[in-house]
Amino acid sequence: MSDKKPERRDFLFTASYAVGAVGVAAVVWPLVDQMNPDASVKALASTEVDVSSLKPGNTITVLWRGKPVFIRRRTQEEIAEARSVKMEDLIHPEKDEDRAKNPEWLVMLGVCTHLGCVPLNDKGDYDGWFCPCHGSHYDTSGRIRKGPAPWNMEVPKYEFVNANTIKIG
Amino acid sequence: MSDHEYTPKSKAGKWFNDRLPLLTLANHLTDYPTPKNLNYWWTFGGILTFCLITQIVTGLTLAMHYIAHADMAFESVEHIMRDVNYGWLIRYIHANGASMFFLAVYIHIFRSLFYGSYKSPREIIWIIGIIIYLLMMAAAFMGYVLPWGQMSFWGATVITNLFSAIPLVGEGIVTWLWGGYSVDNPTLTRFFTLHYLIPFLILGLVVLHIWALHVPGNNNPVGIDIKKPSKDTVPFHPYIVIKDGFALLMFMIVFAFFVFYAPNILGHADNYIEANPLVTPAHIVPEWYLLPFYAILRSVPDKLLGVVAMLSAILILAVLPWLDTSKIRSAVFRPLYKQFYWILVADVLILGYMGAMPAEGLYLLIARVATAYYFLHFLVILPVLGLKERTIPLPLSITEPVLGGSPNMAMAKKKESKIE
Repeated sequence: MSDKKPERRDFLFTASYAVGAVGVAAVVWPLVDQMNPDASVKALASTEVDVSSLKPGNTITVLWRGKPVFIRRRTQEEIAEARSVKMEDLIHPEKDEDRAKNPEWLVMLGVCTHLGCVPLNDKGDYDGWFCPCHGSHYDTSGRIRKGPAPWNMEVPKYEFVNANTIKIG
Repeated sequence: MSDHEYTPKSKAGKWFNDRLPLLTLANHLTDYPTPKNLNYWWTFGGILTFCLITQIVTGLTLAMHYIAHADMAFESVEHIMRDVNYGWLIRYIHANGASMFFLAVYIHIFRSLFYGSYKSPREIIWIIGIIIYLLMMAAAFMGYVLPWGQMSFWGATVITNLFSAIPLVGEGIVTWLWGGYSVDNPTLTRFFTLHYLIPFLILGLVVLHIWALHVPGNNNPVGIDIKKPSKDTVPFHPYIVIKDGFALLMFMIVFAFFVFYAPNILGHADNYIEANPLVTPAHIVPEWYLLPFYAILRSVPDKLLGVVAMLSAILILAVLPWLDTSKIRSAVFRPLYKQFYWILVADVLILGYMGAMPAEGLYLLIARVATAYYFLHFLVILPVLGLKERTIPLPLSITEPVLGGSPNMAMAKKKESKIE
């Protein structure tokens, strides 16, 4: 083949394969994409939570997009502890000021970034959360301090609609 | 691959066979020449076929009553257990059948490792076997999710999250697998679909597995090539059929013990609690047959490397025919390999135990050593051993030692009886 000059027939072969490949890809894509989140799942994009009953030092867990979200009203000690940590000591350096714009309120996905378990509240070596599955410790800002998890617990997009209501998503 | 041409006796049979040679195939399967020295470790192929058929039949009947919906799955399983006629029996056979399937497949794999059945010319049989084993793990995992209990839900969460370790595209893949932002109804329905599909894929691969086996014929405890048919072989029927049948009966006694006397001993109590996305059970442990790999996953402190190590531990088996450099198949004639073989067996059992224990302290240390040894066995010991080991001379045929020919084989015979 390599010594032969390309013929008209070689061009036809190549063109046929190319059209065939595009055709197969066009058919396969809908079959693959149907597995992605559908319109009804995406429609559940935001949820509003009334947090008026929450006292300092308490946490509530709400479900958002099928995942638990921790909303914690932190005590002054917890805030002080979270803000005094040096960046060098963190596995995934993030300032507490960036994670909790309103220092009293910490809102984050209650999902361990290792393999997705729900960490336990008020547990672990850093007074924050502890994941029972594979032993990840999080601090009072939900930052990973020890264990196999690679990142801090994720802070979702949220806002205070009014003084008592948080809208997540 | 019988050497003689087959012609059906009846006229109708001949008419049919000329158009579709099914009778020729049946004749090949009954006459198939089999080494006459096959021991009971060789009966697990038949036992595994039985396991597959059992899972398909019980699975089909369960699917007539099960409802694949996040709100109804858990209740429908309880409905099967309490209301459906013999539902409890069918479900317990199916659930314990998975464990029995893996028990048999592990014996089957370790038999192959001992007698070198994966070596030339049987590499393709072996690789198809590894693909079947991978599909079995996928089917078992997805089946475990279907009752939608706490272990179902959190097992699914942890295992699917393994894919999030892939750089860049990992999160996207996980969302795609879930069909949402967490394990939920779309995940359940697709797992049900795949759980239904995979056994039939396995069935197809089993046909290829046996087809590939029938080209060179069975390996045997002595591990030498034999002429077929010859005085070293016996026809599959009735000799092997009876032997396989007897072994299957013994196996069914064990099976029945679990189904009737300890149906939940291999499961987890947590799975009788309905799935709750807000609470993770205190100890997430996979089913026993996945524990060694789970231990390997946890013994690596890095998330991505842990996943890579776990997958490598399985995939390394596929290249085993080229990692083992020894031309001698049976461990009977490889005094050193035989010792390393038993160390590997112990190593895998230790890994399994560590997988069930919390990943901390001494447990974690032992799991790490055992993980390192597992890879050392395949990547270093086997390639080097094949080049260095002084093996025992092979007999010329299976018949030779029986007739009192070779002094070496007398030794082999003694060791054989010890293994059995």
